[in-house]
Parts: sequence; structure tokens; C-alpha cells
Amino acid sequence: MFDQIDLTKLIFGRLTWEAIPYHEPILIATFAAVILGGIALLVALTYFRLWGYLWREWFTSIDHKKIGIMYIILALVMLLRGFADAIMMRIQQAWAFGDSAGYLPPDHYDQIFTAHGVIMIFFVAMPLVTGIMNYVVPLQIGARDVAFPFLNNFSFWMTTSGAVLVMVSLFIGEFAKTGWLAYPPLAGIDKSPGVGVDYYIWALQIAGVGTLLSGVNLLVTIVKMRAPGMTMMKMPVFTWTALCTNVLIVAAFPVLTAVLAMLTLDRYLGTNFFTEDLGGNAMMYINLIWIWGHPEVYILILPAFGVFSEIVSTYSGKRLFGYASMVYATVVITVLSYLVWLHHFFTMGSGASVNSFFGITTMIISIPTGAKVFNWLFTMYRGRIRFDVPMLWTVGFMVTFVIGGMTGVLLAVPPADFVLHNSLFLIAHFHNVIIGGVLFGMLAAITYWFPKAFGFKLDPFWGKVSFWFWLTGFYFAFMPLYVLGLMGVTRRMSQFDDPSLQIWFQVAAFGAVLIAIGIAAFLIQLVVSFMRRESLRDETGDPWDGRTLEWSTSSPPPAYNFAFTPRVHDLDAWWQMKQHGYKRPESGFLPIHMPKNTGAGIILAGISTVLGFALIWHMWLLAGVSFLGLLVVAIGHTFNYNRDYHIPVEEVERVEAERTRVLANHG
Amino acid sequence: MVDTTQTQQAQGQQLQFHETEEHHPQTGTMLGFWLYLMSDCLIFASLFATYGVLGRSYAGGPTGAELFDLPLVAMNTALLLLSSITYGFAMLEMQKNRVRGTIGWLLITGLFGVGFLSLELYEFAHLIHVGAGPQTSAFLTSFFALVGTHGLHVFFGIVWLVTLCFQLRKYGLIPENKRRVACLSMFWHFLDVVWIGVFTFVYLMGVLV
Repeated sequence: MFDQIDLTKLIFGRLTWEAIPYHEPILIATFAAVILGGIALLVALTYFRLWGYLWREWFTSIDHKKIGIMYIILALVMLLRGFADAIMMRIQQAWAFGDSAGYLPPDHYDQIFTAHGVIMIFFVAMPLVTGIMNYVVPLQIGARDVAFPFLNNFSFWMTTSGAVLVMVSLFIGEFAKTGWLAYPPLAGIDKSPGVGVDYYIWALQIAGVGTLLSGVNLLVTIVKMRAPGMTMMKMPVFTWTALCTNVLIVAAFPVLTAVLAMLTLDRYLGTNFFTEDLGGNAMMYINLIWIWGHPEVYILILPAFGVFSEIVSTYSGKRLFGYASMVYATVVITVLSYLVWLHHFFTMGSGASVNSFFGITTMIISIPTGAKVFNWLFTMYRGRIRFDVPMLWTVGFMVTFVIGGMTGVLLAVPPADFVLHNSLFLIAHFHNVIIGGVLFGMLAAITYWFPKAFGFKLDPFWGKVSFWFWLTGFYFAFMPLYVLGLMGVTRRMSQFDDPSLQIWFQVAAFGAVLIAIGIAAFLIQLVVSFMRRESLRDETGDPWDGRTLEWSTSSPPPAYNFAFTPRVHDLDAWWQMKQHGYKRPESGFLPIHMPKNTGAGIILAGISTVLGFALIWHMWLLAGVSFLGLLVVAIGHTFNYNRDYHIPVEEVERVEAERTRVLANHG
Repeated sequence: MVDTTQTQQAQGQQLQFHETEEHHPQTGTMLGFWLYLMSDCLIFASLFATYGVLGRSYAGGPTGAELFDLPLVAMNTALLLLSSITYGFAMLEMQKNRVRGTIGWLLITGLFGVGFLSLELYEFAHLIHVGAGPQTSAFLTSFFALVGTHGLHVFFGIVWLVTLCFQLRKYGLIPENKRRVACLSMFWHFLDVVWIGVFTFVYLMGVLV
């Protein structure tokens, strides 16, 4: 009997039937819907015999373009989950006043706000940014792929693996109830004995491997693989921001890895990093996690700045105003982002001098950021502006982000922060910059580069609908939170007593509904555009009269991106080529050396998911086996030396002849 | 203004806008691996910082001065430093294109690594045996984390080294393998540098009361 129990524990760890939340009708309904939807998807894939196609052309692909697209699909799927969490919170807070406790028990509500934050930052914003960088950077610098194509595929699947673990936590066990940064001692084993924090830890650790490697990868790509002639100061601004973002990734994510590992040791082995006794120091966790966390917000926003720079000059028909100042501003922000982390906890009591230092560095960041805003405005000044959808997002961003920036400077004043710390004012501020900055930027980027990726433009009508609902929805949803924050309402509350506050929450909930319509319009836009793809077709490869190299190749680009590596003489390389009446070569092609697809990435990430799950549930046997499996597959992969091939010249000639034909038909 | 000057220049001569020959970008493996090492270095930096904060939080438990056996650690340090030298010999052999010499010196390096790990494990076992395990105090927590993370790196370095020896035997000193030997070399020396930090900040300064 005793042996049998031990064996069960060895195999199943903490996992029992109790872990399935069958007493929560909301979760069970969701679970049922997901299962049914999942089965329908699997059946459809099998019925249409798409498995082989997906495996060969996508899952094992090391083409940076396909990986970029997969990142964005992952982000959009996770956006739906994260937004579902958001609207549940908005409904709960608009409802739970006085005698009503709303519909979400506090226990569930706490998981929702944690999951919302984690998903939106790690599995929406990050994959969007990484996806866009992956797609665009090699094309902008005239390269045929990234520096380490296999690692790129592996990185994507590790990110996906983390996302899968977060999704699994919805139906098996629970998610953390600690807030998105899992501060100890609340996240310690005494206060959070369940599996929630463990899901959090392992999801982020596994996804973090992917993020770090993709950071290294893109850095090397930008440093080593630029087309001949493209000096640093001739790089497109988006590539510059991508470079800085990846520097930040490589320099910040290891700290997250380390601090989460320490929390893991505290939880699994009973060590005393952040405990309240035996010398542990929880404040150190808060310092370390924000040493990662503050650069993280610049990791997200810098590429958005780059996107807006590309869009604003393209749609104004002008060279970007103040390119050099834009580059220096980006670099200054990159450096300063490491010197401000303490402003996240002025109230911890570091003393007036320390708080002043960090308050001042924080305010200084607004200077390069302000310079950027003026550069965009001056680019538009006397430009021939076309208000296509990406440009709408850009203008919406400039207005919204400036407001968010100003409330940020308010929060940077330590005495003001003592009043506003942990209030809804803070929540309004960071949603203001993340939605108004990162999200608008990424939606603009998707609209801008969509024709490049798929060969047809997105339908502008539904794009405009989406934009206006997002924009107005944002203001309705978050301006009330500024007011509430100034009145002293704190974050992460599931119920309220004061009935006079209710109207503000109801306005915010209305805003969330508007955003929901904005998201729906975006999805409708995808479907409508697909249906109307013939009339939206981009045959030239340059639908917006672009300025940078990605517009010089076809839409979608061939696997090898450029039949001949471009030679760059100017910042706006493609613009200059057009000015000089550049004729693309139609003969003299050569075989092209390319990397081969491999299944190692998805297999390693799959085993990592199993390993993570086993560690979360203390299934030591499975954990050991999957760890060994990981080692064996990883080592096995290093015995594969046959990693590249040549695209035969006939194939290149065929693809290029087809493009010549399309261009000729276009006239 | 830049635009006009460049346009004027361009009018003077016909600009070439693409390469007609096959273009080979530089390989970025060394740079990439170096960047990875720097990121790893930040993990150690976090652990060092943590040790800096917690290293004197004994919580009434034993101190470094009471626990550390400096001769043992000196021995350990010597093993690791020697392993760096022997790795250097492996690199020299590789430059002379001698596979067997390379493998031989790599294996000797690996043996020094195993010796280092054995002594470290012995030290850990001893500490836990005398009741100074990682749970005892924040000082010991941060000590075990820092030294253990380094040890874990050495362990994976050895796994890599053995794998590489098989690959050298099987495929010889082909460019891919040379690159791998060079990467492992950076990794190995990096661990040495980190260990010098550990030896100084944890052990030497730990025994100062």
C-alpha cells in the first residue's frame, strides 16, 4: 500500500483530479469550448490533409519570414485570451459594488489579473515585437535570413511552449494570484503553496530561453549581415531600434532568469533568498525583477518607435526628419533604461537621495523621447501626407503616447508617487503607454507590412473601423482610471464599497466593449481582406511607395529574399534606387546558399513543455525522463552537420521570371 | 542637404545597386557565442549581487570563516586554472591540425574539470553533513546558489567537451568543429574567470571576519 502511494506520487506528483476546476462553471464552459474548438481544428487539419504541409512549410521552417508570421499569430491568439481576462475584470469592477460581490470570487479574480498582465507582456507584446523584427529586419538590411536560422525556429517554439503552459494552467490547477511580477513573500511557498506560481515561473523561464536566444540572433544578424555599403548610420531607423531592443534583451533577460531561479529555489528547496526569516530579503527580489522589468518596457516600445519612424516618412513622402538625432535618442533611451528601475518602488524607503536620483533619471528619459515626437512632427510638416491606416495609428499614437508620457513624468516625482503608488493612476499610465505606444505601433506595423508578407493589402475600411474603436475605446477605458487613481482607488481590488465610484468603472467597462469591437473589426479585416485579396493584390512589391530595402523585392518575397544582394549607398536605399531608375536584373542569376529546415526546434520545445509541466506538478520521474530527453535530442542535433543546401539556379530563374511577368502585366 | 550632395555625386558616376557575385556575409558564430557568454555573465552578476547582499546574513548559523576550508578551495582553483592551460594546448594542437593531440588535451582538460567538480561536490556534501545546507541561512543560500551555478556550468561544459571529442573523432577538424572547439574554449575560460571572482569574493573575503 505504502509503496503504491509512493509510486503514484513519483509519477503524478501533486496532480490529482482535484486539479480540474469542475466547480467553476466559467472555467468549465471555457474548457469545453476550447476542447471542442480544438477537436474541430484538429479534424479540419486532418480532413484537409494539412498536417504534412504545416510541418514541412511552417513548424520546421527556419525561414525568418515564416517564423515572424508564426510569432504574430501566436501573439494574436494570446491577445484574445488576455483581452478576455481584461473584459472580465472590467465587468467585475463595474458590477461589484455595495451588496453585490460581482460574479468572480476574489480567488479567481486574482488569477485573472495576474494572467492578464503576464499574457499581455510576455505572450502578446513580446511575440508581436519579436515577430515584426524577425520579419522585417533581414529584409531591411538586405540579408537572406538571420544569423542563426535554427535558433530562430527554436526560440519561437520555446516562446510558444511558455504560452502553452500558461494556457494549461487555466484548466489544470490554477495560475498565480500574486500579480504579474510575483513578489515574495506572497509568491513564496508559505503564502502561495499551490501550483499557480510554479506555472508562472516555468512558463516564463521556458519562454525566456527563446527570448534571449532570439535577442542574440537578431543582434548578430544586424551587426554582421548588413548589405554591403549599409554602414551603421545608413541603417533604417526600425533596424536601429531593433538593434537597441536586442541589446536590451540580451542585457536584461538574464537577470529575470536569475531572479526567477532564486524564487524557484526558495519554493522547491526551501532556501532563504526572499523569505521573511533566516536572513532572507524580499526587497532584493523587487530590485532584481525591476532591473529586468524596466528595460523590458523599452524593449517593447523602441521597436514601436522604429515602426512609426518608417511609417511617418513613407506616408509623408519625405526623408525622416532628424535621422541622426533619432538614432542618438534611441541609444540614449537604451542606456538610461538601466538607470531608472527604482522608480517602481519609491515607497520602499530607499531614502531621499536615492529616490531623487532615480526620479531625475526617469524624467531625463522624456527628453530623447520628446525629441522623437518632434522629429515625427517635423517629418509630417510640409509632407504630402497620405492618411492610410498605418498613418492613422501613428497619429493616434502621437497624441495618446504624449499623454501617457506626461503622466509618467508625474509619477517620476517621488512625493507624487507616494500618493499615486499602486493606484489606478499607475494602471492608467502604463496602459496609456503600452496600448497607445506598443500596441498601436504593432497594429500599425501589421497593417504596414502585411502586403509585403502576404502579397495583398489589408482592407482599409475595416482597418479604419478597428482604429477608431481602439482609439475611442482606449480613452473611455483608461481616462476614468486616472480619475479614480487621483481619488485614491488602489489597483487589484475585486469589490468596492463607495457607490460614488461605480459610474467611473461603468464608463471604463464601456470603453472595454469599444476595444472589443476594435479587436473584432481587426479580425473581420483579416477575413474580408482575404476574400477580396484579388482586388487588394500588391504586384509591385512596393504598395506604399516605400523607402527601405524590403520594398525592393516581391510581395511576398521569395525564400531567398533577394536574388542579388543589394548594394547600399544611402539611408533610404530603395528610394534612392527608384530615383536612379534602377532596373532589376533579369539574368545572370546564381544558385543561392540557404539553410535547411529542421524539426529539432519544435521537438526540443515540446519536451521542454513536458519538463515544465512535470516540474510544476512535482512529477519527478517525468521531469527526469524529459530532462534526459532534452539532453539527448540537443546533443543529437549537434551531430547533424548537413544543415544547408543550394537553391538551384533554375529555381531562382523560374521565380524571377515569374516576377518579371507579373511586373510587366502590371505595367 | 546630404541628399543633394549624394545625388550630385551619383550623377557623376553610375551607382551599382546590387552585387553580381555571390555575397557571403561574415559568420557571426563567435560574436553570437560571445554575446551569449555576456548574458550568462549577467546571471552570475545577479548571483554575485545577491551574495553581496545576503553574504553576511548568517541568521545565527555558521559563518564563512567557520566553514570554508581554504586549502581545499585552493586545490580546486588550481585544478580549474590548470584546465584552462590544458585547453590552451588543445587550441594550439588544433591550429596545427592535429586531431589526436586536440582530443588528448581536451580529455585532460575534462579530467581536471571532473576533479574540480568532485572536490566541489565533496565540499557541498560536507557542508550539508555538518548542518550548513542551503536552507540554513540566507548566507548559505546565496553561497550554494552562486557556487552551485558555476559548478553546473562546469558540468555542462564537460558534457559538451565529451560530445565534441566524439565529433572530432568522427568528423575530424572540419571548419564546423574548429568553430565549436573555439566556442567551448571561450566558455571554459569564461568559467575560469568567474571562478576567480568566486574564489576572491566568496572564499577569500568570506574567511575575513
